[in-house]
Amino acid sequence: MSRPSSDNDTVDGPLRPSDHLETTADGAASAPVAPKLGFVEWLRWGWRQLTSMRTALVLLLLLAIAAIPGSLVPQRSADPNGVSQWRATNPDLYPVFDALQLFDVYTSVWFSSIYILLFISLIGCVLPRTKHHWKALRARPPRTPARLSRLDDHAERTVAVPDGEDAAGHAAHAIDLAEAQLKSLRYRVERYEVGGAVSVSAERGYVRETGNLVFHGALIGVLLSVGIGGGFTYTGQTVITEGDGFVNSLGLGYTSFNPGRFVDTENDLVPYSITLDEFDVTYLEPGTQGAGQSGDFAAHVSTRFPGEDAQSDVIRVNHPITMAGDRIYLMGNGYAPTITIRNADGDVVFNESVPFLPDGATMTSQGVVKVPDGITTTDGESEQLGLAGFFYPTAATLESGALTSAYGDLANPLLTFWVYAGDLGIDDGTPRSVYALDPTGMEQIAGNDSGVDSLELAPGETVDLPDGLGTITFEDETANGAAESVKRYVSLSIHNDSGATWVLVFAILALLGLFAALFVPRRRMWVKATPGDGTVLIEYAGLARGEDPAIAIAVDALARDHGAALGELEPASDAAPRQATPNVD
Amino acid sequence: MSLDDLSVLLLWTAIAIYTLAFLAFSVDLARRSELAIAAQDAKTREHAKTLVASGGQTIADIRSEEAAAKAALEARPSQRARFLFARLGTVLTVLGFLFHLGADVTRGIAAGRVPWSNNYEFALTGTMLVIAVFLGVLFKYDLRFLGAFVTGLIVVLLGGAALAYYVEVVPLSDPLKSIWLVIHVFVASLASAFLALAFALSIVQLLQSRRERLAIAAAGTDAAPRTRLPFLRTLPSAEVLEGLAYRFAIIGFILWTFTLIAGAIWANDAWGRYWGFDTKEVWTFVIWVLYAGYIHARATRGWRGTRSAWLSIVGFTAVLFNFTIVNQFFKGLHSYSGLG
Ligand code: HEM
Repeated sequence: MSRPSSDNDTVDGPLRPSDHLETTADGAASAPVAPKLGFVEWLRWGWRQLTSMRTALVLLLLLAIAAIPGSLVPQRSADPNGVSQWRATNPDLYPVFDALQLFDVYTSVWFSSIYILLFISLIGCVLPRTKHHWKALRARPPRTPARLSRLDDHAERTVAVPDGEDAAGHAAHAIDLAEAQLKSLRYRVERYEVGGAVSVSAERGYVRETGNLVFHGALIGVLLSVGIGGGFTYTGQTVITEGDGFVNSLGLGYTSFNPGRFVDTENDLVPYSITLDEFDVTYLEPGTQGAGQSGDFAAHVSTRFPGEDAQSDVIRVNHPITMAGDRIYLMGNGYAPTITIRNADGDVVFNESVPFLPDGATMTSQGVVKVPDGITTTDGESEQLGLAGFFYPTAATLESGALTSAYGDLANPLLTFWVYAGDLGIDDGTPRSVYALDPTGMEQIAGNDSGVDSLELAPGETVDLPDGLGTITFEDETANGAAESVKRYVSLSIHNDSGATWVLVFAILALLGLFAALFVPRRRMWVKATPGDGTVLIEYAGLARGEDPAIAIAVDALARDHGAALGELEPASDAAPRQATPNVD
Repeated sequence: MSLDDLSVLLLWTAIAIYTLAFLAFSVDLARRSELAIAAQDAKTREHAKTLVASGGQTIADIRSEEAAAKAALEARPSQRARFLFARLGTVLTVLGFLFHLGADVTRGIAAGRVPWSNNYEFALTGTMLVIAVFLGVLFKYDLRFLGAFVTGLIVVLLGGAALAYYVEVVPLSDPLKSIWLVIHVFVASLASAFLALAFALSIVQLLQSRRERLAIAAAGTDAAPRTRLPFLRTLPSAEVLEGLAYRFAIIGFILWTFTLIAGAIWANDAWGRYWGFDTKEVWTFVIWVLYAGYIHARATRGWRGTRSAWLSIVGFTAVLFNFTIVNQFFKGLHSYSGLG
């Protein structure tokens, strides 16, 4: 397709990897040959392999395949509980999968190698093409080929020279017209004259290559933004019960916090505060379609910057609020029954609203109470207590006799506890989850096989702990003026990701580049006029660079319009309308 | 009868009409086969008369057949061959589409929101878009030879969805209450519609290129090339089919790219991160990369033609897999199939 050009200031088409369809045979000949040469040549050969179309293609396909296992096996980053469950069900396979990094696919050595190679290839491909394209943008359209009739999309007509003009003059006039016509079609034009034949060479659609480069360049931009932005990102989680607050500071507010490498946790966090005034939720009533489904979650909060007045705000799903560049999301909600425990002397040893973790739409929830101090046995020994409980917002009894929750809202709240006495294992400083109780080293004194029934409480009720250890009360919040008997809590997620904006910018650039790269036709057109004896032969030809379904139509249109401008009425020979297909039925 | 019941009724009517359209288009292909064979017989007789070569075609015959098929493909609607059964198939498809549209709109009104919020509705709207794009493209290209494939595919997908995915209207869950549900899911469905047509064309391309290889091998010899699908002779060449498939695929690809970006924006609003390799995100990405591979393959020496066609087929298989198996059985944040 491409012709050797003697002119230094013409650039022949966009630069392509050597195994691109449009590169010439000499480009292909320089493709894989066993290198017998020195180290440098060997390196150069390797580089050319890496930046070839075939390699890019194979790496793309490998990337697609390598991404799949991450959707089949739970991933630590997205679903840590899933990984624990998987481990419990497949104890033998777990170490094998773990060694293969199948629980961390997207940070694994093998996945990373593929995309890093792909991006090296991409950079190696884009840089020389950008340089080449830069030159092409300022070069002249190439010389008119000697024999236009050999091109696929070609038309010609012979016109008579009008009286009083010579053939050469009429040829020049025809080319003037063609040049003006091509210019108005936004072609870049250049005139050539070889052996009496005048021609205009025209090219358009440089934007196609620009778009291609913008697209590929923007992909690099996306990757860099993700990589660098990740270093400045922090995310944290917190739980706030109605009436309570949160302060944006590491020591105070967060239940978990993951800062990126470059985050200065001392100084980057603005100490604003958020108080949960009320959490709203609606449940679809029994008997309606989708009964029991909850929705319209709304956390009514008061937010405050240090030294300023409090503001009211609402956090909803899909509508995070923004504070000092942090986006604050509503991630979950649940019940936090308020529990008071008194020892045998009647002293309060525990009084908190304890967040229970819900499971499923009917909100059967699990929670743990730990009492490290203040309880003494009847023998006078001090004892630690652990309580593991279920909360049922609408308690109901299954046929098996087991309790369950029938509905997510507070229709018939009930709290049950198993009680353990002994050593909680928290004195040695090992961090323990506030949601889990490790009963090793403890004795179960209520519930299950302990011989004592589990404790059951409705709001406002108080029952005795076993063995005369004291009492436990499930406080009714309506007694304190609240609207509901049990407090609710929300879990919030706080994110600061300044890289995200850049990712979006590059993604949009990529999309725009793609439009141009795929839909702008890049084509060359030539019109040549060869003076003869009282006539002028006018030839039209077009050449598509890359996909261009409309090139034939474009050549026809050019020939037709040019003919009309010349005052010729008969259609050019190749440009005759297409034959209609005959009727068959 | 509730509006939703009406929607279901319209839907089954549409499926029945599409089935008839499928039959009409199939008869059309069979009649084209007869035509192709008759043309070959005539030629054979002529050859015998003039005592030139016997049974087979010459390369020139093959080329002129190709040129005629290409011209027919690009002919304007008024100049197209009046194949009776192809016209019947088209009319039935239009009719089926109207019922389908009715089913979709009534479902939307019954639900009081856009009708693409669970698997059943995705299928309803997605298949409707396949037909819409197919009918729209008929104005530009005579793709009626794809009619049997397209209507057949739609009958299977839509019937399957109506049987396996139907759920009654329930209010949206909170994460779905977003403008991005309207945009992201709709564009994803539209992308799938274009990719579906590319897929259909790629399959015909593979059949055609096999037939062409045999025909060229047999050219000039005594043996008439044997094909089990003689109607292929009346269809455009594999190269033309490939170019067409590519055009649909790049439109689908751009729309898919937009889907990916819009999905990330939505995820950032709903879950606080724009990307987390959630199962659905993984599959959206895999599909995107597969089609990027397909576009590259088309420009790589040694990959244009049959190999790139296979990539288009694999790509659309991944689209279907994503929609059925991933939505239904893979665990993740995107549990919106409505199938519990
Ligand atoms: C992250 C990986 C890559 C992706 C997602 C990707 C995607 C694409 C897409 C969508 C196109 C079509 C748009 C157009 O024609 O301009 C394209 C074209 C192209 N890509 Fe890539 N690409 C990647 C890497 C590469 C690499 C590493 C190379 C160099 C070997 C490369 C070279 C090309 C070339 C030369 C074209 C133009 C094809 C033509 O002439 O039609 N790409 N790429």
